[in-house]
Amino acid sequence: MSFGTFGSRIVAVVLGVLALFLVVGTFQHPPADVFQRGYRGTGIIEVYNPAQLAAQQAANRLPEATEKAEASGQKAGDAFENVRVLKDVDSAEFLRLMTDITAWVAPNQGCGYCHAEGEPLSSDKLYTKIVARRMLQMTMHINADWKTHVAETGVTCYTCHRGQPVPSNIWFRNEGPPTAAHSDGDRADQNWPNAVVGMTSLPFDPFTPFLDQSNDVRVVSQTALPEGDHHSIKQTEWTYALMMNISQALGVNCTFCHNSRSFTAWDQSTPARQTAYYGIRMVRDINTGFLDGLTDTFPHDRLGPLGDGPKVNCATCHQGIYKPLFGASMLGNYPELAGSATAPKGQ
Amino acid sequence: MIEYQNIFTQVQVRGTVYAGVPVQTGSWNRLGRGAFSYWLGKIGDAQIGPIYLGFTGVASLVFGFAAFEIIGLNMWASVNWDPVQFVRQLPWLALEPPPPGAGLCMICPLDAGGWWQIAGLFLTTSILLWWARTYRRARALGMGTHVAWAFASAIWLYLVLGFIRPLLMGSWGEAVPFGIFPHLDWTAAFSIRYGNLFYNPFHMLSIAFLYGSTLLFAMHGATILAVSRLGGEREIEQIVDRGTAAERAALFWRWTMGFNATVESIHRWAWWFAVLCPLCGGIGILLTGTVVDNWFLWGVKHGIAPSYPAVFPSVSDPALLGGHP
Repeated sequence: MSFGTFGSRIVAVVLGVLALFLVVGTFQHPPADVFQRGYRGTGIIEVYNPAQLAAQQAANRLPEATEKAEASGQKAGDAFENVRVLKDVDSAEFLRLMTDITAWVAPNQGCGYCHAEGEPLSSDKLYTKIVARRMLQMTMHINADWKTHVAETGVTCYTCHRGQPVPSNIWFRNEGPPTAAHSDGDRADQNWPNAVVGMTSLPFDPFTPFLDQSNDVRVVSQTALPEGDHHSIKQTEWTYALMMNISQALGVNCTFCHNSRSFTAWDQSTPARQTAYYGIRMVRDINTGFLDGLTDTFPHDRLGPLGDGPKVNCATCHQGIYKPLFGASMLGNYPELAGSATAPKGQ
Repeated sequence: MIEYQNIFTQVQVRGTVYAGVPVQTGSWNRLGRGAFSYWLGKIGDAQIGPIYLGFTGVASLVFGFAAFEIIGLNMWASVNWDPVQFVRQLPWLALEPPPPGAGLCMICPLDAGGWWQIAGLFLTTSILLWWARTYRRARALGMGTHVAWAFASAIWLYLVLGFIRPLLMGSWGEAVPFGIFPHLDWTAAFSIRYGNLFYNPFHMLSIAFLYGSTLLFAMHGATILAVSRLGGEREIEQIVDRGTAAERAALFWRWTMGFNATVESIHRWAWWFAVLCPLCGGIGILLTGTVVDNWFLWGVKHGIAPSYPAVFPSVSDPALLGGHP
């Protein structure tokens, strides 16, 4: 009898505390703004929290634009030694870009972050200079050849770097935490709370198969009746994990791109899905075409736990916003970064 | 009157502990002598026990405990036997079925679905033994076996998900993992893979019976509580000997919606709604991937998925436009 009374009070208190944690810990405080985008009843809406939006806008302001340099009439390639990528740019504009890149990428470290002290500016002694040169080629390649994703808005160093030598959202291969050494406890590459997949139990490294390798994202059957589509539910979970990450990276829900009645049907989708399709291929191209090749250039402490170099995903540029920097373009101010369709891809 | 407007049971009958009718057959008997709990009396009968376990009960508990241990120890092993991480990550942890590539391996490697097979076998044995227990205890009391058959409906859904459908698909990897979040993520992925389960008519029926069950439960519970001050909770007597409670309850529903169930038939309604929920659900799951591969396209084909006016400029598959792969 006495246990009954005491025990039930304990249970009531524990349940109360759990409920409090659930409410306070998992819900956003109101209000939330809802914008209907699709046809009524389809649930194609975006939900915004005004409080968060204000913080996001403050965090995604463009850096103050610098004045264009007066042309010196001399090409950078002629004025300086060892200029390989921007050699046709006017040397004054080249110096302005170098100054701005310093502000975008290494504002605290200054020129010495890439240019070794006591060496001529042309020296390639520091690995950071090799990487920076490759990143310039990458930026031009993105702006010239991936207009399907970046349109005329384009990207600059600032899109990813935001004043940091290493962008905040990069990724390495992830094998997950150690499991027991014996013949049990297999996680099947999932079931580990990880922020990159929204703290779900979905596969915790959706990047390697889809953004570094070229595994097929599509898992849904294209025929009403079975006609030989053998995609498994496990494969679906991998795709699902990637989609969760994209959703987080862009700060949008599924219906930004999809009509949830049929995630696979293109004629039901929003135009943003096409942009996202090219985005996935662009990220793949950046990782395989530029970043994987720099693995040996990076010092050991810049590599991941499995020895691979840093790589990009959607969040690297988007940083939680549906368009990086809310769609503001810096490219017009730096036409030399726009590249041309023949921008050098090889090193 | 106010005593009937309370969310807790107001009447607790206390006599000496009643052990029940003598057990007729077998060498097992009831365990314990029984006791009273005031607080459990608030939500049910205040008398707790004695409990009858019998062979099926004991065997079911043994197999169930073994399955529980296998699942729990595999989860613990997956965090490298770290007790803190085991507690923190418990909702995310799982015992996964064999990977899809393993097909229908008879004896899968322990760390690639083998433990899942053993746990599944033990859990199924436990559940079937418990089913036999509900059947035999009902028979021992001279009751009908309605509870056992309702339970069988749930077991049908369980077996379809974890055994029958994977068998038909030719892969254990199609089965559900044992785990809290993992089985929920599996459910969402299942619907996505097969083009949206909401267009599956048996899923529709299952949902209708699920929501219908809650509706019927609310209607029935509310009706009986509302007439309990007139003796309405003595439902069994009122089936054949309608008192004023049954008459008023019937009249209430005839007034409000023109039709009323009887004190007897409402229980058949409830039983069938509850039983048909997992029964239809199981059929829906069984057809998925075996007979239908994309329920949305199936719905379009059969005119159950309407088309909506275009809001966005037309969108087509970039993979068909050439250019980037």
